[in-house]
Amino acid sequence: MIEFRGVSKTFPDGTEAVHEFSLVLPARKTTVFVGSSGCGKTTLLRMINRMVDPTSGTVEIDGEDVARRKPVQLRRSIGYVMQNSGLMPHFTVVDNIATVPVLQGRTRRDARSRALELMATVGLDTALANRYPSQLSGGQQQRVGVARGLAADPNILLMDEPFGAVDPIVRAELQQELLRLQDEFDKTIVFVTHDIDEAFLLGDQVAILQVGGRIAQVGSPSALIEAPANEFVASFIGAEAGKRALHAKRTANGTVLVDAQGRTQGVLVEGADAS
Amino acid sequence: MSWIADNLGLIAQLSAEHIRQSLIAVVIGFVVSIPLGWVAWRYRLLRGTIVVVTGLLYTIPSLALLILLPTLLGLSAFDEVNLIVALTIYAVALLVRAVVDGLDSVDAEVRLAASAVGYGPARRFWGVDLPLAGPVVLAGLRVATASTIALATVGILVGVSNLGYLFTNGLQRRIIPEVLAGVVAVVLIALVLDLLLVLAGRLLLPWARRRSRTSGRARARLA
Repeated sequence: MIEFRGVSKTFPDGTEAVHEFSLVLPARKTTVFVGSSGCGKTTLLRMINRMVDPTSGTVEIDGEDVARRKPVQLRRSIGYVMQNSGLMPHFTVVDNIATVPVLQGRTRRDARSRALELMATVGLDTALANRYPSQLSGGQQQRVGVARGLAADPNILLMDEPFGAVDPIVRAELQQELLRLQDEFDKTIVFVTHDIDEAFLLGDQVAILQVGGRIAQVGSPSALIEAPANEFVASFIGAEAGKRALHAKRTANGTVLVDAQGRTQGVLVEGADAS
Repeated sequence: MSWIADNLGLIAQLSAEHIRQSLIAVVIGFVVSIPLGWVAWRYRLLRGTIVVVTGLLYTIPSLALLILLPTLLGLSAFDEVNLIVALTIYAVALLVRAVVDGLDSVDAEVRLAASAVGYGPARRFWGVDLPLAGPVVLAGLRVATASTIALATVGILVGVSNLGYLFTNGLQRRIIPEVLAGVVAVVLIALVLDLLLVLAGRLLLPWARRRSRTSGRARARLA
């Protein structure tokens, strides 16, 4: 469990990125911070592994204030996946995945054999093991990034817009892959995105953020869609005008659901399980 | 041309001296430039000063430096250390700049990622920053090596024996083949050392070569 308690962050240039942020991120669930750029979501993420230290307030992992942990050790114990993969261009794929175990003092040989297993886990052909990141496609690079994040078997995985830079088809694949991995590994995932659809797909808990890390609303995807707390949330999730504003239309073959643009989005199945 | 055939032993011996003096200077210059370059890169305030001052060193006339150094260092005027120190200063002048530019060329995202996965500052420098600065530093090292080999010949003017001897001696005795032999030997040594540096680069920085081969366009197609 990760807990933010009254966390604020003011950068040296005077901008307040986060103001009095408090939230509990349940263990073994995916929490998504979603908001426009400049809402402080990445700053919040980086406070968990002390890439950024709060100006006031505390961040706790399982009840322990992270400020008491040594940053380098703390970071090795938390998986980190970033946009554009953040892979080391001078390491081969297998060595990139083995980075953290090697930093932790595991032998290179051990770390590599574990890395090869992980390649299979994240859907990478082990024939790519000795390639360099620049020889991979964007999607493959992100898979390597995810494998590296998992390599030291951390309890927590931080993901900073990890699928933001790949094309929509590959992004959809990677999202499904992450759901499958989460089914298997049950990590505590903190995921940052500006894409509300991605947030609803991946998140158990979704926090919609406004400027300064102010929580507009937090809850399960269903709760947010069913009861948007205010105008901002409603318009952000597109409940009124976007594709989530569906209305029923009767046809000869039954009722279909139509979006605001008049496009048919699906068929209403009466009596189906509503969970 | 018979002069060359008769004096192969001399040419070989002078070449060996020449290579030894130049390599010592380049190696020391390289070792000194890494911390200097790092400090200049890391501390913005010092950066301008260090880069400008080391750059200015290059404008000191070599002959003047060679004449002044014995007094400054308290050495005999004919000691080869004078030449090696002078060559080292010129190598540093070129290499500090290359190290700063090299460290600048490292992608900030990669640096951030290295810190985020748990590299400490020292480990990140040796394991990430410096290797990634490698291609730019290597380019600087090639220039510094070639220029040092050429420059070393001035040593003969202050009595340090190396391939420069073939120039002065050949000039005094009007033996043109001797002067030509000196020029060819200097050029050959510079070419061979450059080739060795390129090969070392391929061996130590294999990722840099592969990156240039797989262009962004080819990668886009793969995706």
